[in-house]
Order: sequence, then structure tokens, then C-alpha cells
Amino acid sequence: MTQVKQKIFVANFDELPQRIGREIVVDGHKIAVFRLSDDRVKAIGGVCPHTNGPLAEGIVSGEYVYCPLHEFKVSLLDGKVQEPDDGCVATYDTVVEQGNVYIVM
Amino acid sequence: MGTEQLVLIGNGMAGVRTIEEILERNSTKYEITIIGEEPYTNYNRIMLSNVLQNKMTVDEIITNPMQWYEDNSIRLVHHDPAVRIDTENKQVTTVSGACITYDKCIIATGSRAFILPIEGAQLQGVLGFRTIDDTVQMIEMAKSCKRAAVIGGGLLGLEAAKGLLDQGMEVTVIHLEKWIMETQLNEQAGNLLKKDMEKQGIQFLMEKKTTRILGATKVEGLEFSDGSILEADLVVMAVGIRPVTGLAKEAGLNVGRGIVVDDFMATSTEGVYAVGECAEHNQTMYGLVAPLYEQGKVLADVLTDRATDGYRGSTVSTSLKVSGCDLFSAGIIHESDDVKGIEAFNGLANSYKKLYIQNNRVVGIVLYGDTSEENRYYKMLRDKVDITTLNPVTLLASAEGEESTSVADWDDSDTVCGCNGITKGAIVQAIHAQQLTSVAEVTRCTKAGNSCGKCKPMIGELLTHVLGDKVTTSPAGICACTPLTRDEIVLQIHEKGLTTSKEVFEELNFSNPEGCSKCRPAINFYLNVTFPKEHMDEKESRFVNERMHGNIQKDGRFSVIPRMRGGQTTPQQLLKIAQVADKYDVPLVKITGSQRIGLYGVKKEDLPDIWEELDMTSASAYAKAVRSVKTCVGARFCRFGTQDSMGLGIKLEERYEFIDTPHKFKMGVSACPRSCVETLVKDFGVIGVENGFQIYIGGNGGTEVKEAQLLTTVETEQEVIDICGAMIQYYRKTGVYAERTAPWVERLGFDHVKSVLLDQAKCKELLAELDEAVAGKRNDPWKTVRENENKEKELYTVGRG
Repeated sequence: MTQVKQKIFVANFDELPQRIGREIVVDGHKIAVFRLSDDRVKAIGGVCPHTNGPLAEGIVSGEYVYCPLHEFKVSLLDGKVQEPDDGCVATYDTVVEQGNVYIVM
Repeated sequence: MGTEQLVLIGNGMAGVRTIEEILERNSTKYEITIIGEEPYTNYNRIMLSNVLQNKMTVDEIITNPMQWYEDNSIRLVHHDPAVRIDTENKQVTTVSGACITYDKCIIATGSRAFILPIEGAQLQGVLGFRTIDDTVQMIEMAKSCKRAAVIGGGLLGLEAAKGLLDQGMEVTVIHLEKWIMETQLNEQAGNLLKKDMEKQGIQFLMEKKTTRILGATKVEGLEFSDGSILEADLVVMAVGIRPVTGLAKEAGLNVGRGIVVDDFMATSTEGVYAVGECAEHNQTMYGLVAPLYEQGKVLADVLTDRATDGYRGSTVSTSLKVSGCDLFSAGIIHESDDVKGIEAFNGLANSYKKLYIQNNRVVGIVLYGDTSEENRYYKMLRDKVDITTLNPVTLLASAEGEESTSVADWDDSDTVCGCNGITKGAIVQAIHAQQLTSVAEVTRCTKAGNSCGKCKPMIGELLTHVLGDKVTTSPAGICACTPLTRDEIVLQIHEKGLTTSKEVFEELNFSNPEGCSKCRPAINFYLNVTFPKEHMDEKESRFVNERMHGNIQKDGRFSVIPRMRGGQTTPQQLLKIAQVADKYDVPLVKITGSQRIGLYGVKKEDLPDIWEELDMTSASAYAKAVRSVKTCVGARFCRFGTQDSMGLGIKLEERYEFIDTPHKFKMGVSACPRSCVETLVKDFGVIGVENGFQIYIGGNGGTEVKEAQLLTTVETEQEVIDICGAMIQYYRKTGVYAERTAPWVERLGFDHVKSVLLDQAKCKELLAELDEAVAGKRNDPWKTVRENENKEKELYTVGRG
């Protein structure tokens, strides 16, 4: 069986402020979407592997987000938790089409 | 043959460093005795100015604690100066009568502050600036005295002046010459420095000769040769140092200005050596640490029978430890027939550089304002680089662009720590070999950075370069992104006129170009306080609580705590809260610790609606800001109450709510000394008494319980309110982000804070400053979100896919 990839609408690009996350719930899964300061849009699993902190609410620096609960530093590129902590979250592809931001999954 | 006896006279930097070098080469050759005059073990004298400037404590500048002497089996004859060297019988006698026999003796008695031989020099309140005792005495005197005069505008005098200013004194520097630091700076650089120091609040009297110190038993003032008079309660003499050579002279050693030594640090008498400020080599005496350490190395080689080329003299360079006044000076800085200068002045950046050239080689350097290129020039000077091919413009032009000035790009042979002569290569090797991860560790293992400390940022850069992200934050820097402290950062924000976080990170070379979760909120706060008009608050740099205006909980939901000034509410409010809690199925309703009602477990997307329906303002119970005021019922209902505590609490809250502070700022007003609101654990606490109000500050009932201290007793509510505002502003201006008032008061000194808040003029000024800074900003954030349909509400949207 082949799985068809689907696009899920997140928000208008202009509605996403730089470096402030947006949470979106897809089939009960929380996904955190970020517009970086260079306008790239990145999406990762929205729940910190440490104590389930909401990553969408974290402080974004460059290509990382810091979980608001205990400051785990998570890469927005590969979802990896940075040392000295460890763990990882999923990453999702994103596209921006005609001013709309979508997650592809 | 048994071990030889080595006696060191002088327990200071040069001598003890020599012993360390000897131990490193051969730890068993000698049985070592050190004779010291001061009641302290070896300490870093250079750092005294940091102690006086409140940047370090006395404990922090002790480089060799008692344990070090014990660990190395060194006998310390403590607080007992040597009085006689008997070179015939090879014995040293001390004041207390101890008699120590030596095979080898090192004299490292250093020097003393030179006290001008004028009338009144022995009065109480006349000090040198040389020892821990001098420094402690200055800090003590600053608590009760107001006016300080520093005689001498050289390096030491200026550092003392800045320190006394930081201790809250009014400071005047008296200088004999036409410009300050005339041995290290030319006139133009000297004047720039003077201007900058004047901006910081130091006054100068130039070309003045002090002829008399006035006073009966204590200093009252100074009289100058032109007959004019300056009133002063404290006089610091910083006119120079004189080597201590009495012992050597009496022992028959050859003494000129200092104790004469050869290239191998040997004096004229067999078995006796001298290093440091007391030694005269090739008719030159050195007062800076780098040459003294070089001498120590040579002597250590000599005493452990290693081959050495001997000591050949040093080229010295100078910098000043006064923040905001960066300068660098080295070599010959006066023009003559064959020494010519080329210079550049940048009026925009207020920076100046001048190079002195002789026979196509740089022989002298003066940099002011921007010292980032000191290493480039110093290398030219040290290595005697032929500059024939460089035209003056390229020579003066900043090396940026063609050559990076980052320490990571230096040659391994380049010196990072000038004081200790530690090269980049040695540091990098130590980082690798000993797996060092912090500046403090590098300093411990290589000594780089342990003297004047100016190279610490470069060591930090090297660590980052070698290790990437694994660098441990040094306690100095505010986070792993920078070795800079809060004070250094705020100063740069002021000086460079930085108004966005982006500029701060760029200009101050933060290793993360967008900072981290620690520095982002801190920098945003410092910018808000420094440039309240120019800086736009950066939401993306606020911690989630302050961005969303609710306290985030462990499950990612939020709390809603409405404001009830003074803890007072109404039946209508209670009904409303009950209705809302019921409608939104709020999992928990609880009375908070500060007499408010909290709704816990609210979903993010419900926040704006709940606020709307409550129609109450935010209690800021999530913010680093002025919080609510806890009150007792007071004189209106309580039979013990002496004052209207609730009324005053409400007024305080109304007056200062929605103002950001370095950390939360909690208040309490009790109407009598029974203190039902626990006034003594509040940042700002009030206790009503019959004749007025007692004000307590700096209390804390949290992680570390700290009792608030009585600031003063005032008669009227208005005075309470004004002093509170002044304290809030002073805390905002001087607090480290996330530092509560208890450690803040401790760091600044309660007496200092008190002197500021009780000075009516200063109090008024702070209050005006506060009002201006927060004008138009003290809005209820909940209302702002409610009224702004699009932009703000976007923050609370959760998408559904």
C-alpha cells in the first residue's frame, strides 16, 4: 500500500511572527511550527521528550528552540536534543505556497 | 647532602610566583620558608581596584590560600616582617625574633605607596592604595564619608578614583601634569580619557600641586600651591611607588634606586637574589606584573640549575581597569628627532590611535577607545616588523576585512595573557590535554587570566573555538554566549547606543548570533531599562509567561490570576470569577500566597475569552515585575492596627503595577509590628507604627530566607510611596536580570543602597526617571490582547489539522 502524503494548512505566512512558535494539532499529535529569523519555516514534534513541555512556547534562537519548562535545547533542523541532555523529536517538511504555510506528512 | 634552605622575604606576587616556578621545576630541592609582612596569604594586588569597584571580593583575589603553603610544605612566617639579613651567617631575623638560616635567599619586598612628605600626611584618612588593608579601609570610610580626593592621575590614582566613585563618594583627582597618565598617554589620548571619566562623574583638578593636608586629627581638606583649597574627608595618595630596599641596604647589598641585580637576578652578595618591584635591572625598575613574572622564571631556572639566557629586560604595555575607558599603551610614546608619530582620531566612535615609528619600525603605541587591535600592533612592536611596505593609511586602518582580529586566527606563538606571557598555543594545548571547559579552569591550569583578567574574553573565545558548544559558562559571563558580565554589557549598551538585541549580540560578539534562553530575556530587559524610548520590547525574547501573560504549568496549560489591589475584592468579582471558572471547566481554583484568587489549568486558546469575561486586570503573577501588595486589614477593622495598611497597599499597587524589574518585586504592608503580612520577607515591606511607617527592604522568604533590613521610618504615606519608587528604579538600573532584591542589596551593600534611597535629591531623580521610563507602558496586558483582535490574538491560536 502506498501512503499518500498530505498537506496540512498551518497559517498564513504573515500571521506567523518570526521566532514565536505556533502549535497545531494533527490527529491528536502536537506539532510546533516556527518561522526563523531568516524566514525559513520549520516544524518539529511539539512535545519535549523530557517532561512533555510545549516546544511551541519556547525561546527560539537561530535553528534551536529552548523548551520553556526546563530549557532543553532542541534542533529545529533534525529534532535532536542538544548536549548535555539527549533525546529527539520528529521533524516535518513544510512548504509555503501562495502565502500559506503547510506541513507535509 | 640534605635539602637546601631557601628563604623568600616578601609574600607577594613576584616572590610567590618565583617559588611556584621553582616547585614546578623541582619540588624537592629546597626546604622553603616564606616571610610575609601582611596578615594575608599571597594575593593578586592588581585586583584591588576591582575589589574597590565592587567587582570582586577580598576572598576572590587571594591566589594562594593557606592550604597551598601546607600542600607544598612551605613554612610561612606570617604577619611578621623580616628586619635583618645577616649575609655572613646566612640568617634572616624577623620582628618577632624568629631567626631563619638560608642557603639561598630571595628578596621580593616589592614597594610601598609613596606618601608625599607634606604637612598633614600623617592625618587620619590619608591612605595609599597598595594593600588589602588600604582597600578595606577605603571601603569602610566611604560608608560614612562623602568627599574623596585622589592625589595623582596615573594608572593607580584613576583606578582608585573610579573605585571610590563606585563606593558612592564624590571624587576629585588632583594631578600635577597637564594631562592624566602622562607616562603612558600622549596629550590627546589623556584628554579623551579625562573626558570619559568626567562623564562617569569624576572631577579633575589639573596642574595643581598639593602643599598641605588640612585637619586637626582627621583630614578636612587639601591646600594647593596657588592657595586654593579643596574640602575632603578621605585622601588617597597615588603619586607613585618606592621600592622597599632598607633591609638590603643594611645588609650591605649594592642598592641604587632598587636592589641591583644582574641578568640572573643575583645581587652583589653571594646566595642572595632579588626579583620584582624592589629589583633594579640594567638601571630599570618595573612596576607591572609581566616583567616580574619573567624575572621569576629566570630566577627559578637559576636556582634549579637549569640553563637560561638570563633576563634581558622587558617591553611593557599598560591598560587601565576602568570600565568604559579602554586604553592600551606600549613602548616609546614621545616624539623626538628620529621618532615620529602617525595618528588617527575617530570622533564618531571617540577612539584614537597613534603609532610611534623609528627607523621604519613601530616603537610605541597609544590606543584609546578601541583597543581591539592592540595585539596586531604589539606584535609589530615586539617582533620589530619592518613597515616600509605599509603606507601610513593601511597601517592605521582597521585590520578587519583583510585579516580577522579573532583570537582563533592568531599564530600559536602570539601572547594571549600579557601578564603571564601565556601564548595562544599553550592555552589551546592545555584545553586539549587537560580537557578544560571553562575560563576558570584554563586560568587555574595555565595562569592565563589570573592577573589583570583583561584576556578572559579571549580565553573564552579560544574555548569556543576549540570546543564548540561544550564550553562551560564561566561564572563571569551572563550565559554561555558571552564572557561579559551584566555591568560590562549594560555599559556597552550605553556607550555604543545599542537599541536592539540583534545589535547587542553582533557588537558584543555573542557566540550565538541570536543568544540563548538565558541572555535573550536579560538583554531585552537591559535594553528596556537603558533606552526605554528607543528600544521596542521584543516579544520573541520574553519568556513564555511574559509573552502569554499567564504562568505556564507543567502540562503546558496556563494560570489566570486577576489583580485585586491590596488583596481586597468585592462580591461582584467573586461571583464573576465563580461563573467563569464554572463555564470554562477550570480544574483548580485556589487562594494564592499573595492574597489573590488563581484559576489553574486554563487552555491557551481560552485565555483571551476568560480575560474578556472576567473584565479584571492581570495581577502580573507570572512576571519579573512589580507584583501585588499583601496587606492586613489595618486600622479600619483591627483593634491593634495603627495605620490604614490596606489603603496604603492599594495606593502602592496602583502607583507601580505593570513595571518590569530584574526579578519579581513583592511588597507587603502591615498595620502594626505583629506583621501579619510577613513584612520582613518582602522586597519592600512596610510596618505601620504609631508615629508613621517603618520601611524594610531586601527581604526574601523563598529559596534562601533573608530578613529585610530597616531602611528608615517615615511619617507620611507619600514618603513610603516615593521611596518605594526610587528603590524600584535603582533596582532596575543596577540589578542583574533574575537577581532578587536580597542578593542585590547584599551585592551593592545595604549602606550604599540606603545612602541612595535616603538622599532626597537622588530619590527624586530616580522617581522622575522611573516615571519617564514607564510612561505609556503601564498597560494591563490582558486588555491589550483583548482589544487587539488580529495581532495579539494570533499568539493564542492553536491550529487544528
